[in-house]
Amino acid sequence: MNGLWDWDAAWAVLPELLLAFVQVTLIVTVLSTAIAAVLGLFIAILRMSVPKPIAAVITFIGDFIRMTPIVVQLLFAYWTFLTVEPLTIGIVVFGIHYSTYMAEVYRAGIDSVPKGQWEATTALSMSKRRAWTAVIVPQALRATVPALGNYAISMFKDTPFLLTIGVVEMVRAGLTFGGNNFRYMEAITLAGVIFLLASYPTSLLISRLEKRLAYNY
Amino acid sequence: MESNFEALAEAWPRILDGLWITLQLTLGGALLAMVIAVILGLGSRLRNIVLRGLCRAIMEFFRGTSLVVQLFFFFFVLPQLGLELPAMVCGILGLGLNYGAYAAEVVRGSINSVPTGQWEATTALSMSKSQQMIRVIFPQAWALMIPSLTNYLIHMLKGTAIVSFITLADLTYHTEQLREQTDTFFAYGVSLVIYFVIAYILTLVMNALEVRAKHRLGRGESLREALTPKTPETAAVEGGRKV
Repeated sequence: MNGLWDWDAAWAVLPELLLAFVQVTLIVTVLSTAIAAVLGLFIAILRMSVPKPIAAVITFIGDFIRMTPIVVQLLFAYWTFLTVEPLTIGIVVFGIHYSTYMAEVYRAGIDSVPKGQWEATTALSMSKRRAWTAVIVPQALRATVPALGNYAISMFKDTPFLLTIGVVEMVRAGLTFGGNNFRYMEAITLAGVIFLLASYPTSLLISRLEKRLAYNY
Repeated sequence: MESNFEALAEAWPRILDGLWITLQLTLGGALLAMVIAVILGLGSRLRNIVLRGLCRAIMEFFRGTSLVVQLFFFFFVLPQLGLELPAMVCGILGLGLNYGAYAAEVVRGSINSVPTGQWEATTALSMSKSQQMIRVIFPQAWALMIPSLTNYLIHMLKGTAIVSFITLADLTYHTEQLREQTDTFFAYGVSLVIYFVIAYILTLVMNALEVRAKHRLGRGESLREALTPKTPETAAVEGGRKV
């Protein structure tokens, strides 16, 4: 038990970590990314379609959410909606928090669509709605796919913050195991290794995708 | 409503203590991160493949394993290896290493995007390697890297909110205490506003640094010029710049 690394402990904790990984970490990452991607686009378009003062208010709310800790937001939502499952709260809060980042990415993407495209939609007397959905958004999205991926990865690495509202994600599972067996070494190291093994290849893929999308213009 | 503010007034000294812990972590972490970022960022440009590979491996390692995992590693695992560090040191180490690795990528990228002509000029002036970097390349890269570093600084501030799990009584911890006396909305509202104000001040300071860095490169107005209110005439000549 006194050695640096105990394989028995490692094998004992690994299934628990993987279970937490599949049941919490992956689910939160996937669902929250979906929420952030949709809500972010909605915010970005809304901000460009409403009068300036209202847009300024939306921008301020976005900045406020983006510049304050997700941990405090999680706790806030947790104590406000006590009847809601913590996991659900986690998914929604992560989704909203990251949607404010995504809105910025979309804004940049929309700005990068050449002005001529807008003029073309006017020339073809398209409705506002059709101009957005058929011309602007499809072109803007192309540039935003890699950024979306990068935020998904950073959300993935932020999921341990969920332990503040009692969700048993990987780190919480590891800490519980460590506390019961007086061995934190294996549990925490393995949690880190799992994070690295999942996030590093994904980020390599995304940077390849980024290069491909960039050169195709 | 009255009792909310009474509870806040009563808890205020403790909240300030918590705020101090949060600031120590943020600024301590930022200083450590900057040192690490410069070392790793420069190291990942070396010609020696072993050193370069080592720097890249360290960067990817600390970027890929989550911040919380690293904090808990320093706090829970190191004592098991016979190295017991104070919680504050664990916090600063965790934050500094994690965000240092992110910032190293920014340092590397900014140095790479300094125009080649600048490098050629330093060779033409037969500057030494360290002179090149200190006097010509880094000051230009510094102006480029500040916006990204600001983002990571805000991330670091937000990351400190987890430290109550390594026994540090920071702002978030004291907010939790305040919640027991007031309504939830009030307690977290206060806390979020405080965090937002700190983040905003940090952003302003970093923006000032950026203005200064650019001015020293001969681009844009000086900090003093930027801060003086503009009369319509001076504003007309492109932000006070002489045309």
